[in-house]
Amino acid sequence: MPPPVSTVSDVPDLLDPRVRLHVVTGKGGTGKTTVAGALALALARRGRRVLLCEVEGRQGLARLFDRDPLGFEPTSLVPVPGGALLGSAIDAKAALLEYLEVFYRLGRAGRALERIGAVDFATTIAPGLRDVLLTGKVYDAVRTRQGSRRGNTPYLYDHVVLDAPPTGRIGNFLNVNAVGAGLAKVGPIHSQAESVMTVLRSASTAVHVVTLLEDMPVQETADAVAELRALGLPLGHLVVNQLRPPLLDPDHLRLVTDGGWDVDGLASDLERFGVAGPDPAARAAGLLRQTREHAVRVGREAELRAEVAELGLPVVELPQLQGGRSGLDDGGVHELAEELG
Amino acid sequence: MSPRKARAGARAVPVAGPRLDVDALLDEKSLRVVVCCGSGGVGKTTVAAALALRAAERGRRTVVLTIDPARRLAQSLGLTELDNTPRPVQGVRATGEGFLDAMMLDMKRTFDEVVEAHATPEKAAQMLANPFYQALSSSFAGTQEYMAMEKLGQLRGVVDTDGRPRWDLIVVDTPPSRSALDFLDAPERLGSFLDGRLIRLLLAPAKAGGRAYVRVLSTIAGGVTGVMNRVLGAQVLTDVQTFVAAFDTMFGGFRERAQATYALLASEGTSFVVVAAPEPDAVREAGFFVERLQAEGMPLAGVVVNRATVSTEQALDCETAMAAAKAAAVDDDAHDGTSEVLWVHARRVRRLEAERQVAARLTRLNPPVPTVVAPARPLDVTDLDSLRAVGEDLATGPVVSPRASAP
Repeated sequence: MPPPVSTVSDVPDLLDPRVRLHVVTGKGGTGKTTVAGALALALARRGRRVLLCEVEGRQGLARLFDRDPLGFEPTSLVPVPGGALLGSAIDAKAALLEYLEVFYRLGRAGRALERIGAVDFATTIAPGLRDVLLTGKVYDAVRTRQGSRRGNTPYLYDHVVLDAPPTGRIGNFLNVNAVGAGLAKVGPIHSQAESVMTVLRSASTAVHVVTLLEDMPVQETADAVAELRALGLPLGHLVVNQLRPPLLDPDHLRLVTDGGWDVDGLASDLERFGVAGPDPAARAAGLLRQTREHAVRVGREAELRAEVAELGLPVVELPQLQGGRSGLDDGGVHELAEELG
Repeated sequence: MSPRKARAGARAVPVAGPRLDVDALLDEKSLRVVVCCGSGGVGKTTVAAALALRAAERGRRTVVLTIDPARRLAQSLGLTELDNTPRPVQGVRATGEGFLDAMMLDMKRTFDEVVEAHATPEKAAQMLANPFYQALSSSFAGTQEYMAMEKLGQLRGVVDTDGRPRWDLIVVDTPPSRSALDFLDAPERLGSFLDGRLIRLLLAPAKAGGRAYVRVLSTIAGGVTGVMNRVLGAQVLTDVQTFVAAFDTMFGGFRERAQATYALLASEGTSFVVVAAPEPDAVREAGFFVERLQAEGMPLAGVVVNRATVSTEQALDCETAMAAAKAAAVDDDAHDGTSEVLWVHARRVRRLEAERQVAARLTRLNPPVPTVVAPARPLDVTDLDSLRAVGEDLATGPVVSPRASAP
């Protein structure tokens, strides 16, 4: 059997109880939604009350947990004994209407604004407002307490996990409240912006970047880490996702790369075990070609792994699950949550 | 199954559709524009560049417009600076009149150029300094899509001194949107916002001429702007109003431009190539996109299933290979490493089979869509030789098949 993939046991603090807001980003296709879901589930299994949010209108969480589309109101994603995992699809429009309601008691007038396109306008095209609204809602979820809004009752959610925009947008997204130009300079949204940045920059927030051991994702991870550092945002872990177990020992990797493999010996073994097909030499050559490609890939992955390590952040490695690169079903999330502890 | 029944909906029994014949597509003289689209991370840029290189080497005068290439691929195309101008690619084995130019889209600069081309220097300077314009031109989610189309229109208009269009084939990569459909929707969305009812209301106070209904409109608009001022701060709307007023006089409507873009995409001479990876989300997106293109009568060439796992030895199935690997591992007479070679194969065909099932969704589309499968490469495509190899794979790859079959 191939040796097992190394897992996260050596880096326990991804689930650090003091981190209340986990922001999970990554290049598209790296599985950031799955990782966010697994992280939230792992926290809930430790007996915590966890809110998992998405902000891009993709309904990725609904697909991940194989359930009906999520709304703005948090709803239970999956029963977790002793803990709770709720999900919310944060929507800029709903958030704006909620603001109008809370600050101006604009129930009907708010809907009138929606009809003439003002809400669409404000949430889609007004620069940055959309991200202000989305981060504002996340901030609300982090600081909301049980029962009344005041007093020292426990927080409503022990942890909020955000399936955040991809690496290319994460800096702008998280920093939107710090950017003054072109944005709301007065009003309730402005006054909240500062509090949001305080939370986002605090030690109770961690921004995790998910990557694969492939060129583009690693490059984008490095770019995102540099950008987030420059913005003073608290970086958490780098999550190397979909790691495949090495199938060859190092000597054999070298041997197959150098072309020194005994192809006749392999062909006779294939015959011996009844898998040689009609042309044993051709089959052996074909299998060796595949093994060489595997070795090339393993070599590149080792280089990329070193590049990830050089970024100076704690690294968590997650194994590739059976059944493809992404779009893992419910079982996949549970399996990865196990991996995370 | 009768043909009539087949047209009634999704096909009950999936069968392999036609093969996407890339060379026939690229050799078609009436084809002027190829748009590569698909969800993020499927290798769209690589496919666009590989198609463009192959077209050039088959004698087409080609330019490829890339949006966000990986650095090393960009370097191999000579795209070391983002200057929004097509540059010749070195090392192309062109035939006939063929050559390849490449450029990387600078979204903000393209927008700036549009402004500069349509306004007096004074007015352009004012516009470029407007904070709303700056935000819109650099960060609005639809701007990149819109500017890609703007640039496409510009490239189509470039003629040489002999009056001939400089390029007879333009290959366009599309922005890394969260959804492939954004690409079709964004220009229209941007256009309708800038030309819509709300904007008219916002502009109404400035244009009020005293007539009664205008006064009513102004009052409503005053109410709207009042609320939005309170929520957003007054400066934002002032900036927007200034911006929209300037824009309006400059172009006579954003929407018409968006519609012109749309017409160009729908015209003969354009063909869409949808790129997917053999993963559930990417294939689902590709399916939506194909249906959308078909519904809108857009010219669809077919779907590329990119970076697929392939094996010349797939006749040896996963279960048998694993059993043999286990037997070899405990057999003292077996050669060292035989078991590992069989494990590598077993994992590969297991993956191949899973991917085939995912991609088979494409064979259930009705009408059938042409497909081609391009194999995954052990290393990323970072030079012209491997780009050429991808082009060869695209031209010779198999069709997506609903069932396992010999290669």
